[in-house]
Amino acid sequence: MSTGQERIGVYICHCGSNIAGIVDVAEVSRWAGEALASQGVVISRDDKFMCASSGQELIEKDIAELGLNRVVVAACSPHMHEKTFRGACARAGLNPYLCELVSIREHVSWVHTDKAAATAKAKAVVAGGVFRVKEHAPLEPLRVPIHPATLVVGGGIAGISTALEIADAGFPVHLVERQPSIGGHMAQFDKTFPTLDCSACILTPKMVEAGTHKNITLHTWSEVTDVKGYVGNFTVTIKEKARYIIYDLCTGCGICQEKCPAKVQDLEFEAGLGYRKVAYMPFPQAVPKVPVIDRDNCTYFSKGTCKACEKFCPTNAIDFTQEDKEVVVEVGNIVLATGFELFDARRIEQYGYGRLPNVFTSLEFERMSNAAGPTSGHIVLRDGVTEPKAVGIVHCVGSRDRNYNNYCSAICCMQSLKFAHLVKEHTDATVYNFYIDIRAAGKAFDEFYQRVLEEGTVFVRGRVAEVTDALRPDEADQAGRIIVQVEDTLAGQQRRIPLDMVILSAGLEPPADAKETGRLFGISCSSDGWVIERHPKLDPVATMTDGVFAAGCALGPRDIPSSVTNGAAAAARILGRIQQKEMALEPVRATVDEARCSGCRICNDLCPYNAIIFHEDRMVTEVNPALCQGCGTCVAACPAGAISGTGFSDAQILSQIEGLLMLTASGEPRKAVPA
Amino acid sequence: MTATQTISGTTRGHRNFMAEVASLTAGDSRLEMCIQCGTCGGSCPSAADMDHTPRMLFAMVRAGMKEQVLRSNTPFMCVSCYFCAVRCPQEIHIPDVMYVLKAMATNEGRVPDRTAPDFSRTFVNNIHRYGRSFEVGLVLRHYLRHYLTRLPGMAPMGIGMVTKGRIGFRPHQIKGRDGLRKILVRAAELEAEA
Amino acid sequence: MSRFLYYPGCSMDSSARAYGDSIEEVCRPLEIDLQEIDDWNCCGASEYMALSQTRAFALISRNLALAERQKNGTDTLIAPCSLCYLNLAKTDHYMQEDPRLSKKLNMALDADGLSYTPGALAVRHLLDIVLDEVGLEKVRSHVVKPLTGLRLAPYLGCLVTRPDYGHRWRSREHPKELDHLLAALGAEVVDFPLRTECCGGHMTQISPGTGFELIRRLVDAAARQGADALVTLCPMCQMNVDAYQAEMNRHYKSSYHMPILFFTQLMGIAFGSPPDMLGFGTELVSASGVLAKIGVKQPETPEAEAAGAAARKHRPKQTGLPMPVMPADEEGQR
Repeated sequence: MSTGQERIGVYICHCGSNIAGIVDVAEVSRWAGEALASQGVVISRDDKFMCASSGQELIEKDIAELGLNRVVVAACSPHMHEKTFRGACARAGLNPYLCELVSIREHVSWVHTDKAAATAKAKAVVAGGVFRVKEHAPLEPLRVPIHPATLVVGGGIAGISTALEIADAGFPVHLVERQPSIGGHMAQFDKTFPTLDCSACILTPKMVEAGTHKNITLHTWSEVTDVKGYVGNFTVTIKEKARYIIYDLCTGCGICQEKCPAKVQDLEFEAGLGYRKVAYMPFPQAVPKVPVIDRDNCTYFSKGTCKACEKFCPTNAIDFTQEDKEVVVEVGNIVLATGFELFDARRIEQYGYGRLPNVFTSLEFERMSNAAGPTSGHIVLRDGVTEPKAVGIVHCVGSRDRNYNNYCSAICCMQSLKFAHLVKEHTDATVYNFYIDIRAAGKAFDEFYQRVLEEGTVFVRGRVAEVTDALRPDEADQAGRIIVQVEDTLAGQQRRIPLDMVILSAGLEPPADAKETGRLFGISCSSDGWVIERHPKLDPVATMTDGVFAAGCALGPRDIPSSVTNGAAAAARILGRIQQKEMALEPVRATVDEARCSGCRICNDLCPYNAIIFHEDRMVTEVNPALCQGCGTCVAACPAGAISGTGFSDAQILSQIEGLLMLTASGEPRKAVPA
Repeated sequence: MTATQTISGTTRGHRNFMAEVASLTAGDSRLEMCIQCGTCGGSCPSAADMDHTPRMLFAMVRAGMKEQVLRSNTPFMCVSCYFCAVRCPQEIHIPDVMYVLKAMATNEGRVPDRTAPDFSRTFVNNIHRYGRSFEVGLVLRHYLRHYLTRLPGMAPMGIGMVTKGRIGFRPHQIKGRDGLRKILVRAAELEAEA
Repeated sequence: MSRFLYYPGCSMDSSARAYGDSIEEVCRPLEIDLQEIDDWNCCGASEYMALSQTRAFALISRNLALAERQKNGTDTLIAPCSLCYLNLAKTDHYMQEDPRLSKKLNMALDADGLSYTPGALAVRHLLDIVLDEVGLEKVRSHVVKPLTGLRLAPYLGCLVTRPDYGHRWRSREHPKELDHLLAALGAEVVDFPLRTECCGGHMTQISPGTGFELIRRLVDAAARQGADALVTLCPMCQMNVDAYQAEMNRHYKSSYHMPILFFTQLMGIAFGSPPDMLGFGTELVSASGVLAKIGVKQPETPEAEAAGAAARKHRPKQTGLPMPVMPADEEGQR
């Protein structure tokens, strides 16, 4: 509330010529000092760059020498420098929330060309700021404790890396993974580019470390079902699905898997290229080494018979009566490392995947090339036997395509080069790569491209138009083969190239339930479904929700080193928080005046941050200050006006409006309108 | 506006030609979005008979090579099957652009071969006269001018079509012929105004 | 009775007589009432568009204007010819998308006191109407003479499912709707890989070599699959593959004999109509063998039998590595 004792300093920034080029800043400063003196303005200055240290020192000096107790800076958007000027005030001993930054750049000089009108508007904006700041009250940031445990969602390489960093620093981690084993897609790959390291060989030591680390609690075959709370204090419910195997009794001997008579197509780990048992471990190096019984396909569950696994289990670890278990954990921070799913290549009819047997996706090929895969590492056609004499690798399947996904999937070019090398290594086949561009930007990536060129892979620059088995009359001698029809753009000719096998480098997509995951954790996803980072350049692993971070492909397509780096970055941020033991939150919050709350609950469902609690016993609503982001939705919705915002109270907003309307559009003082 | 080329010089007015073509195409052709991926050239059923693949033609349009573009047989070899349009990752309206180039080449007298424009003109003249197409008149005129040597070999087909009653010897005339002509004349005026 | 506005197109009473006759014949049992647009004009095919966009669109829009005026309880305009269908749909689409064009065309139409409101009509192909408005259940209910044993190759041509401004088709490249329709008539449908490949349009008049190549691809693929006939829904496609097959054979020194019929002709036979009411006998590549096959159970010729067996053999067996799971190919999935 304004006491009339306000001593206000007004600072108009030139921002070089950004503002000064359109707004007459000297005039605005002069006017403010004069016309707003009655409102408490004791000093009004203009300066070339207020955000520079010289500009900030002006403020600090005036606070000290002139006893200012309010500051208004007219410059760029608060998004840019609100923190800067609040910092300057704080250094001079003035509560930072007694400083108001109004934008005469984004709101005035950048959007208008008429100098006179812009100057008048700038004056109005400054007046608005001055009127408002009088209603400001000093605020203290909220301090919340930080629970030392962390939740990592997703047990791929990003999740594992994050978990290990935090665990190695001595703090507990809950690692949740929806598949029976951690490892993610990296466990499926054969070799990794550009070093051609065996993927499993570099991954499994990390998996084992994560599985045996005293600070990591693995929750595999599990899903997060509920998240409550706020940064530093999350309460997370994890549903551990029934494995039908007693974890503590299982030794991982694998007899149940061996004896299980039921086999189904393995759509997860083998990418559909092989089979698995119904009682199964997804792969031999699974962590934890405890199988799972696939209830939907189990003979016992559908017909009541079999139970071979139970008969043969040497430790009596099979328990068909096992139920899903709910575990509730308290954590201080969350990292989403939910990874990617492969673009469904069946959607592109003209590529024939699913119709033509010898068209494979990238993941199918990884499994084929893998020595532990369904073909023991032999590159063969769908018949499981024949070696191809000519293989085509198609880039950009479902990526860079407005018909499917607009974006580039980042890893497919390198992956395609890798495939070319692997085919050459395993067979005598002629290899073609069909590309639009070769994206080989990373370390040793272009060198790898050179290597693949040296090995004799044929590169055709052209986006494949069609993969077909419909032979033309002059192709009668190619019976049984598939034709790739493409324009060789560098030669300027359409070509029909007969091949035996085609590999589609399909793009990466967010998991199908990405949007639900976003809602569960209170974070936003882009229209493509990737998690949105707080700032794409300067804060790439944090989200707009305090306490929730993301790492790896959950944020968008990226390779393994980037995912690992993301994990380390998120871990570093979290470890910093944990070791500080508490965190200061912005005090700009909504508060409910309980006396005026009628318990209508209109606001309850409107809060995008789930910050509203309803007390059934007292029939009143309360806003959780830690979760509240100060968006103002509930403030506007409350029919009784019972909710106000610290930092955006009715008094502050109404007085700002008064200030804005002080002048007419041409800059003349407005005559008072009769009430 | 012609594009001048010399051994040492470069073509001029490139931005204008692309813009010219785009502005003549109905709706938003998105021609400027082309990333030269070659899907169109790869999909085209008649690409083998074209002087330039569709992609190459658009590269030439972008480069302002107006002469070469209008002398290319490519637009006339386009069968407007729309394979390119549905597969183009940039959603460019390729067949619509091809029609514009056909018209431009014809109207500026640059066509490489008169067969297609003559066929179109004869077809269209029939429409002006009758309001409907007149196959017999069209085919006879066209073959006499362009495919004289084909005629004997086509006799069996011709006789077959006649005996099976698939030839209309008299052109059907619509009642609103004059009205249609008024519409087309006005359309021509509006086109010139643009 | 379902009423629709009808734009026949110029070839319906001449080169595509069989189509016109068979449409009329099957509309009765299917209870389709086609109201022909009064005094419609030629759509310009692909010829007017090649000389002048504005005039070409104006020519087409006269038909839209007349149809709108004649609306009378339905706003669906059917065209059985794929190019007429595309032209009408394209004009309506661009008039909606491009207000500049819409204004110009309406100014031109005004010269004869006509006008057209963009979006006033739903332009649809005849096949689309049979599938959606009539439905395969109803079609099946009228089949008295199933086409048992007849191997047909469904050939839609390029302009029905592309560019598909009205978003009527799920698949742009391998639509199965015509397969389902022919199966509903009792025929055996071969997996024809070139369902939507172009027949060449007017190429036989412009660049005959190109035209013949495109025709040959279709005929060869159908023969390879052991089809008895191609089944189509566009007068241009039928004309190209039928009337020019002989010339194509001479050009390549081949001896294909692949009849091509309109889908409505096959529907008519299955509904029990006599062949001469359906335009049978007007085709240049005789379909008498096709009729014989279903009229009387004659033994197959050795060549046709071998081709059929070869086509069946070509289907890959399910050994070796498992194939990806494909969504079920269900009838009625549009």
